[in-house]
Amino acid sequence: MAGAARPADAETASSIRDAVRSGHRSAVEVCRHYLERIAEDDGRWNAFTAVFRDEALARAAEVDRHRNEWRDRPLLGVPITVKDVICTRGQPTTAASRILAGFRPPYNATVAARLREAGAIVVGKTNCDEFAMGSSTEHSAYGPSRNPWDPERTPGGSSGGAAAAVAAGLAPVAIGSDTGGSIRQPAAFCGIAGLKPTYGRVSRYGLLAFASSLDQIGPLARTVADTALVLGVLAGHDPHDATSVDAPVDDYTAALSGDAAGLRVGVPRALLGYGDAGIDSEVLAAFDKALVALAAAGALVVDVELPHAEHAVPVYYLVAPAEASSNLARYDGVRYGARAAAAEGGDGAGSPLAAMYDRTRDAGFGAEVKRRIMLGTYALSAGYYDAYYRRAQRVRSLIRRDYDRAFDTAGPGVDVIAMPTTPAPAFRLGEHLQDPLAMYLGDVFTVSANLTGLPAISVPAGFTAARLPIGLQLVGRAFGEATLLRLAHAYERVQEGPA
Amino acid sequence: MSFEPVIGLEVHAQLLTETKIFCGCSTAFGAPPNSQVCPVCLGLPGALPVLNERAVEHAVRTAVALECTVHRASIFARKNYFYPDLPKGYQISQYEEPLATDGHVEYFDDGAARRVRIMRVHMEEDAGKSIHDGFPDSGGKTYLDFNRSGVPLAEIVTQPDLRAPSEAARFFQRLRRILLAAGVNDGNMEEGSLRCDANVSVRPRGAEALGVKVEIKNLNSFRFLERALDYEVGRQSALLERGGTVVQETRLWDVAGGRTVSMRSKEEAHDYRYFPDPDLPPLVLDSDWVASVREGLPELPEARKQRLMADHGLPERDAALLADDPDLSSFFEAAAAAAGNARAAANWIMGAVAHRMKTLGVGIAAAKVTPASLGALIRLVDGGTISNSVARDVFEKMAATGRPPEAIVEAEGLSQIGDAEELGAAVRKALSENPAAVGKYRTGKTGALGFLVGQVMRATRGQANPRVVNELLKEALETGEE
Repeated sequence: MAGAARPADAETASSIRDAVRSGHRSAVEVCRHYLERIAEDDGRWNAFTAVFRDEALARAAEVDRHRNEWRDRPLLGVPITVKDVICTRGQPTTAASRILAGFRPPYNATVAARLREAGAIVVGKTNCDEFAMGSSTEHSAYGPSRNPWDPERTPGGSSGGAAAAVAAGLAPVAIGSDTGGSIRQPAAFCGIAGLKPTYGRVSRYGLLAFASSLDQIGPLARTVADTALVLGVLAGHDPHDATSVDAPVDDYTAALSGDAAGLRVGVPRALLGYGDAGIDSEVLAAFDKALVALAAAGALVVDVELPHAEHAVPVYYLVAPAEASSNLARYDGVRYGARAAAAEGGDGAGSPLAAMYDRTRDAGFGAEVKRRIMLGTYALSAGYYDAYYRRAQRVRSLIRRDYDRAFDTAGPGVDVIAMPTTPAPAFRLGEHLQDPLAMYLGDVFTVSANLTGLPAISVPAGFTAARLPIGLQLVGRAFGEATLLRLAHAYERVQEGPA
Repeated sequence: MSFEPVIGLEVHAQLLTETKIFCGCSTAFGAPPNSQVCPVCLGLPGALPVLNERAVEHAVRTAVALECTVHRASIFARKNYFYPDLPKGYQISQYEEPLATDGHVEYFDDGAARRVRIMRVHMEEDAGKSIHDGFPDSGGKTYLDFNRSGVPLAEIVTQPDLRAPSEAARFFQRLRRILLAAGVNDGNMEEGSLRCDANVSVRPRGAEALGVKVEIKNLNSFRFLERALDYEVGRQSALLERGGTVVQETRLWDVAGGRTVSMRSKEEAHDYRYFPDPDLPPLVLDSDWVASVREGLPELPEARKQRLMADHGLPERDAALLADDPDLSSFFEAAAAAAGNARAAANWIMGAVAHRMKTLGVGIAAAKVTPASLGALIRLVDGGTISNSVARDVFEKMAATGRPPEAIVEAEGLSQIGDAEELGAAVRKALSENPAAVGKYRTGKTGALGFLVGQVMRATRGQANPRVVNELLKEALETGEE
């Protein structure tokens, strides 16, 4: 069964682009193929929240008409999906939440505009946990997505639909967002590559905010080379996002030399022994093998200390909900989205207005979103702010300092830090639904990259005995995506060696 | 028991930018509802704020005009609360680390030097506007207009340094003048560009400890501010007098009822859950740039008043009047230079010029009389070419036509007659036609001379030089010549 998850005709974005560019295939033909794959197969995975058949085909036809004129566009004719938390003009954008039922933004997110400009064709929106809050895509108003390697298991989350779509061959590349691991963890669970760029590398304009200081948009793809290709399109300064950074964008594709010679890879050994849930032995074994492979690719593997990283999960679960509690305040039923009927008198909350707010938000938000809004509201409240939010921000700085020290040439001077992406492979649907804490602890290796803003990628690192994918996570220096991708690519090549 | 009011103000001043604080929408007043909006100021999902540099410049200008310390780094914070006209569910403001702190305003009030300390100046965005009436279905619906949403504001908070409602109102007027002079605010209170809340408590006279304070909102004119404070001071004093206690709360000025009414108690006060806005990096200001903003600041009213007194010998009242209006002051200084007579220039400007401007309802900039032409007019009077009374007529003609005074005097033959020969006939006529007055003078009632001068002036349509007429009449009366 699992074999079906990696179709033999699996294509890469760059191969599609080359075929369209050379006229070997038309964009319409490619687009039609993927639309058919979605129509045939998505009933099994529930990866999509919306498919834009007519618009996609019309755009593909436009690409074909301009093939010569647009020949230098890096994603010419490449079908792509966009996570449902990213605005695409005039198309449903709901964050997989009932509260945004029927909402169609009047503007394009910067990444959507950049993808279009690069010649890509947005074929649909992908499923996710509501407002990107979750690690399993089970917290979606559209129902859970399923893992193409085992439909009884989660594809991960929150960008679970994106990862499932790529893994099932419904799209060559997908755009996700990552606040605490939401690109990397699903990539790991679905056996594909997923990159969270450096905070500020890719514009957040048009991304429905979950936790503004942690959110970052990035690609999921079958190969590291495709993540590099798409990052080159997404990256760059955006005057509409004050946190986007005006740093030069490297040629990420050119950086993929195929070897890791001279790169120093740090391993936080102490951290790997940590965790209430413990680390799955198959995951640890795969990680050890990966270190051997990295060395084989030419990297030098050394130990590093990240003494504060063990606090990353509690810090994350204060900072992210605090920001979320404020970011989600705008969903009040007043201006757009769903609104509960005005109540006579009110529900004991006072005015009819207060009752409208209560009912709208009670009906519109799911349990996990409500849980996080309450956590965050509490962490910011008068009398608790210092103990929770402010302290969490202090520890966050300490975690960042740990990483800075590891990267510092006066210290270990590593180029990249390696660790498993997740402590365990994909869990069964429903397994953690009644135990949010167990779900949160699964984020132990991913949240640090968001708290520090550092770029991180998950690349496939083999399988468990039950044929479930395992991910290797590599964390780079700020704006060091070129080096990070080079190492990930070199590792991928070693992996792919003789089967 | 006598109570002393202790008052502090929180003033919201709209900064005079073309566009909003975090997006490119226009700030122009009076556009059709919701015509100056975009995803950012509507708080649409995914939209992000980007700080308007002009708003920062105006805010810094405000801060330096109020002698504040402008901080190298300040932080934007979210003030979280739900209200339909607040589209994001939070207002972007500044909280723990504001733009500027520790300023003051020094001025003369009732002849005494005053100093009101400024606690802080910070930047924030305005909310939209809830429209509760004026629509056919206003009984059951509220309409929202987001044109104001995201308009840049400076919030100016004073220390509780004011001791009377009237003093608070005059201070607010003074502050308005400063903001106008600094070019950061248009001072238009009807359009809501300048708004004021007040914190007020009372304490027994002579006491050190502050009483329980009440915040009063919605004080959108000087008169309302003073009346609301008067009412509130009376209410609090009476409460204490009766042995009651003042409750810490927010009250609203009820314009129609002429009283303050309770809006929410301390217990009902919002917990705004302020935290640094992660969408906006810290605002870091270059100290050279702040210095250049300070240097670029125009002269402010108090400094200008002092200078007008020192440079032109004007009395304080006149200097203050002129100094309050930058256009009037520069008109004055140019006219005084052209006339070579500052006092006369000041008198003309505060008299005839001000009257004319008021009648026409225009500013001095639109007047047809220029500083140069007013100066020329004053020179004509001082040189004896025309009398003061003729000058007033000439001024009216200048104001109506814009012609220079020399041309008017020339064309209408208004030059003063100072020649004894020319005036001889009129003098003789006055004496012969008024024997009674002549008789009075000769019996020692010299006051009759004024009457005779008046007759000559009338006969010459005011053109006679009164000094010469005086001399001629005296000579004739005393020598008996007729």
